[in-house]
Amino acid sequence: MNNKRSQIVSFSIIIILYAVLEILLKTGNLSSLFSSLLIPVCCYMAAAIGLNLNVGISGELNLGQAGFMSIGAFTGICVSGMLSGVISNGVIRLVTAMIVGMILAGVFGILIGIPTLKLSGDYLAIVTLAFGEIIKSLVTNLYLGMDSRGLHFSFVQNKVSLEPGGKMLLNGAMGATGTERIASFTAGVILVLICLAFVYNLMDSGSGRAIMAARDNRIAASSIGIDVTRTKMLAFVVSAGMAGAAGALYGLSFSTLEPRKFDFNLSIMILVYVVLGGLGNMTGTLIATMLLVTLPQMLRGLSDFRMLIYAIVLIAMMLITNNEKVKIFIEKMRLRRKEKGAGNGEN
Amino acid sequence: MSFLSYLINGLRLGSVYAIIALGYTMVYGIAKMLNFAHGDVIMVGAYTAFFAATAAGLPLIPAVLLAMAVCTVLGVAIERFAYKPLRSATSLSVLITAIGVSYLLQNAAQLLWTSNPRIFPSLFSNGAFELGGLSISYVTVITIVTCIVIMVCLMLFVNKTRTGSAMRACAEDQGAAALMGINVNRIISLTFAIGSGLAAIASVLLCSTYPTVTPTLGAMPGIKAFTAAVFGGIGSIPGAFLGGLLLGIIEILAGAYISTQLSDAIVFAVLIIVLLIRPSGLLGKKVREKV
Repeated sequence: MNNKRSQIVSFSIIIILYAVLEILLKTGNLSSLFSSLLIPVCCYMAAAIGLNLNVGISGELNLGQAGFMSIGAFTGICVSGMLSGVISNGVIRLVTAMIVGMILAGVFGILIGIPTLKLSGDYLAIVTLAFGEIIKSLVTNLYLGMDSRGLHFSFVQNKVSLEPGGKMLLNGAMGATGTERIASFTAGVILVLICLAFVYNLMDSGSGRAIMAARDNRIAASSIGIDVTRTKMLAFVVSAGMAGAAGALYGLSFSTLEPRKFDFNLSIMILVYVVLGGLGNMTGTLIATMLLVTLPQMLRGLSDFRMLIYAIVLIAMMLITNNEKVKIFIEKMRLRRKEKGAGNGEN
Repeated sequence: MSFLSYLINGLRLGSVYAIIALGYTMVYGIAKMLNFAHGDVIMVGAYTAFFAATAAGLPLIPAVLLAMAVCTVLGVAIERFAYKPLRSATSLSVLITAIGVSYLLQNAAQLLWTSNPRIFPSLFSNGAFELGGLSISYVTVITIVTCIVIMVCLMLFVNKTRTGSAMRACAEDQGAAALMGINVNRIISLTFAIGSGLAAIASVLLCSTYPTVTPTLGAMPGIKAFTAAVFGGIGSIPGAFLGGLLLGIIEILAGAYISTQLSDAIVFAVLIIVLLIRPSGLLGKKVREKV
């Protein structure tokens, strides 16, 4: 019951916000600063929902979500660039790019997951951290170009020579330049809704329960016949795929994108959204993402102090939510509400 | 340059990583937390030493001592105000708090000292030993010797003294240690103090290798040292030493013979391979989970 209610809440938050923002956007009442944030917020939300499945529901710390976003982003940009001559419709190209980005990120998820999901705890965290750094380093050194003869790529040094009329898709440390911006806010909202629906359905299914059982007690879960590695793999790959799709959308919303954008700090940022929103709580993740993306922008007036304040807010939130007195207070409130509910039920 | 001189450069960088990793590993062993703010303590140490040497004109030893004092106070204060209230919280909450502290230190440094890079003065004399055609600078020797001395002192301290055995007891079981009359909070503070003091020494050695001081100076060495600690088996002192040295050597050799741009990727790839073969690191103990 509770789960159903939180599903309705999170879907309605997204849909109402979408309607309001779309009206503001159409009537030109949204500042350019905020309208430029719309698509990135959707991408962060989708990546954070995926990460929450991985960290909250499956209980494995993943510090490499930005790596999967990076794979999705640059795959998406390349796919869109390659198809630009074939498919003129932006929407179809966007969807294709996002699907390919998702699949490739998922494949990398499987490759990383097979050996590492046998590790647990902090060791898995360090492997995902290392993976994120490796991806950043590899993309920074990758040069990819396309002309009528096909694709050309080189590594470390730019040795790609193209026929006249050919174009570079990836430029090493410069990343992708001159990308056609085919991403839209609507696509972002649809992506978030699909991710939400997927995760909620998964949580209600047998596989989802197996994932949670494996999180709560690995040994007990395997003793009743759950293949722990396989269930953890499912959560990990789905999470990677969501990050990939989000990355593709993100990449296609900027005309230039550098590989170093997807660094360790981005992985941490998404993890912060998940933890502050509450582990396993998707509605919380959505709200935390919205607040924390817009907070530094709202503090823009304070210019130099804004990141300092952001850091202090972060520490204060963690200290307050873990404070014994606050916990007891919340517990009391919950009990009181329950008693009231029970009283009403008797009448 | 010959293979040997690359190897020596690798040992020098590796020694710096090892000193930082020792701090990481001790804190992890006792408080069971990933202290992501450790890298930023290094940054504070570097700025302190920088101002001590340039503005106050102090020579090497007093500058290092001052940096150690500042970092120790900072480390203990961070533990007292940010981590201690979270003793009973989930490890993820502590991790996020550590990240918050890291952001706080970086941004405070940016406000106080701007993000313009400053050039660290050379505090060591510039000479070098000549050894059969191979020249080894004094700084290199000092760095490697410092690292070995620190490792040996820490091993003696942890294994031979009363406080050291209290530390080991806390690392194994805090509840049982408290019942034996050990003041767990004091031991944790002491661990943070030692780790931060080591970070200050590492900062001076690091800045003698890469002499630019910026507010984000500590981030990458912090991640690398953490990697080194995991590489050697987190929680183990000789493991952190070995992991740090190997990481430094791999980084320099990969940069010299394969590609400078890809050296970071190679370091992390080696880490992944090592963890796949030995999931608890090179010298880490495998802990059996009991039902």
